Amino acid sequence: MKKLLVALAGLLLCGVSAEAQKKPAPKPKATAAAPAALIAQGKAVYTETCLSCHQADGGGVDGMNPPLIKTSYVLGDKTRIVKVVLNGLQGVDIDGEEYNNAMPSYDFLTDQQIAAVLTYVRNSFGNKATPISAAEVKAIRAANKK
Amino acid sequence: MKNNLLRFLLVPTALVGSLSLYALTSKVGPPAPDADNAGLKLPAGFGALKVVETGARTRHLVVTPQGVVYVKLNRPDKSGKGILMLRPDASGKAQVASGFGSYGGTGIYAKDGYLYASSDQEVFRYKLNEKGEVTNPEQPEKIVTGLINRRQHESKSVVLDNSGNIYVNVGAYSNSCQVKDRQKGSLGQPNCPVLDSAGGIWQFRADKLNQTYGDGTRYATGLRNVVGLDWNQQANQLFVMQHGRDQLHDIFPDLYDTKQSAQVPAECLYALKKGDNAGWPYMYYDGQQRKKMMAPEYGGDGKKEATGNFIDPAAAFPAHMAPNALLFYTGTMFPEKYRNGAFIAFHGSWNRAPEPQAGYYVAFQPFKNGKPSGDWEIFADNFAGSPEKVASGRADHKPCGLAQGPDGSLYVSDDKAGTIYRIVYTKK
Repeated sequence: MKKLLVALAGLLLCGVSAEAQKKPAPKPKATAAAPAALIAQGKAVYTETCLSCHQADGGGVDGMNPPLIKTSYVLGDKTRIVKVVLNGLQGVDIDGEEYNNAMPSYDFLTDQQIAAVLTYVRNSFGNKATPISAAEVKAIRAANKK
Repeated sequence: MKNNLLRFLLVPTALVGSLSLYALTSKVGPPAPDADNAGLKLPAGFGALKVVETGARTRHLVVTPQGVVYVKLNRPDKSGKGILMLRPDASGKAQVASGFGSYGGTGIYAKDGYLYASSDQEVFRYKLNEKGEVTNPEQPEKIVTGLINRRQHESKSVVLDNSGNIYVNVGAYSNSCQVKDRQKGSLGQPNCPVLDSAGGIWQFRADKLNQTYGDGTRYATGLRNVVGLDWNQQANQLFVMQHGRDQLHDIFPDLYDTKQSAQVPAECLYALKKGDNAGWPYMYYDGQQRKKMMAPEYGGDGKKEATGNFIDPAAAFPAHMAPNALLFYTGTMFPEKYRNGAFIAFHGSWNRAPEPQAGYYVAFQPFKNGKPSGDWEIFADNFAGSPEKVASGRADHKPCGLAQGPDGSLYVSDDKAGTIYRIVYTKK
């Protein structure tokens, strides 16, 4: 009986590894992988919510709406960028440049939508940064309320 | 005989005299345009040259009767100067001759021996000598102080009338006076408090020091943000170009689609009288229906017309193109049709996305007896560099300021790359 079990386990393992060989997991990117589905969802949120100010190319508008291309805000601390989406932003210089338009709060977006859009932004327009998860957004939102 | 001889001698003398006069006038004629007209597309008979490429954020500019050019910078340059002085030579080209004024800003204007310039909170004036040079660059008189600046719509454009008054725009620090600015679904604040200190044109004395709100008059209200303004000498009246409201779709997606948001709220030219109300934030002007519409923040639904005693625009232009300068042309270099008409510098849109962007040109609106007469047209185009750069909003140059030279040339400043253009009429 024990032998049979071992054999079965062996078979299973073989099966699994054979399966793994047939369908290799997507190659992890330079940074931790951002799942394609999350990126696609993020793009949809970006188009509806962010594009009118930050523009299709993420380049923003001179002196008004900051660019999302390789700025310290976008690539840096996850908590800071999540809080920008939750609370909005105005009157803050970004990487030495002034931007005078007002960004309202987008706290009506779900944790999942914020995670998706920020993951999209952090991996688009030439950016490369780790994904942000809905769980992380949830924790930041909870702390933000206090 | 003597008489005849004299006559015989006088004729050639007079001829030589008139010839030399002709030579003199042709010598001070317009400078030669650049071979490529500075990259601009212009009507037949016109040419353009780049006076200087400053690389600075050149906002408004003015030319003195002596031909000295002063340019206001949005923020001080590397040497800490917020106003540049240019002295173009006979070729029309210039180097930056000097700089002064340690503050950034937009407004600059010259009249009756004084140069006026604004920061985003104050207005200063400098004395000009008979050569058009500033005599007190480090000790200007502060004539207006304490104007509100909350970064949004912060520029304070200035112009003077012929009675010793200066008009200063104070833009609304808000898009549409919502409880939460630009927030989706947020409604308008009742009795919009922004209008107490902004969202209008304030009138001050041009020669009195340290004036603030209490010393001035709210000349006109309900103007969201004015960057381009000028005094019309024929009508003896102030005209302004308003930047219309943004984000109808972003804020009220159920009432407006992205196309309507991009195209509906016109950029309006207003002829102002003291006490006028142009209606912001309670209305916007629908340039397609040519109607004053109730703003959705105040009960509008895209169909209800505005109620209230709001003036009509004198002319309306496509949405979001950002009219940053207005200039009534009083020179004689350009053909008759341009005399007393309005040039408008459209800085170019951003709030048309995802629709293609528009603007980045200087338009011309014909006038007759101090009123718009006939359709406007594009006068100087291709500041952006290509139609693709217009559509994406990634323009090479963005026209921001206009000024008339003593010979009737039209100067245009660009606050993207800092190029100063001069447009001349070359056809004889």
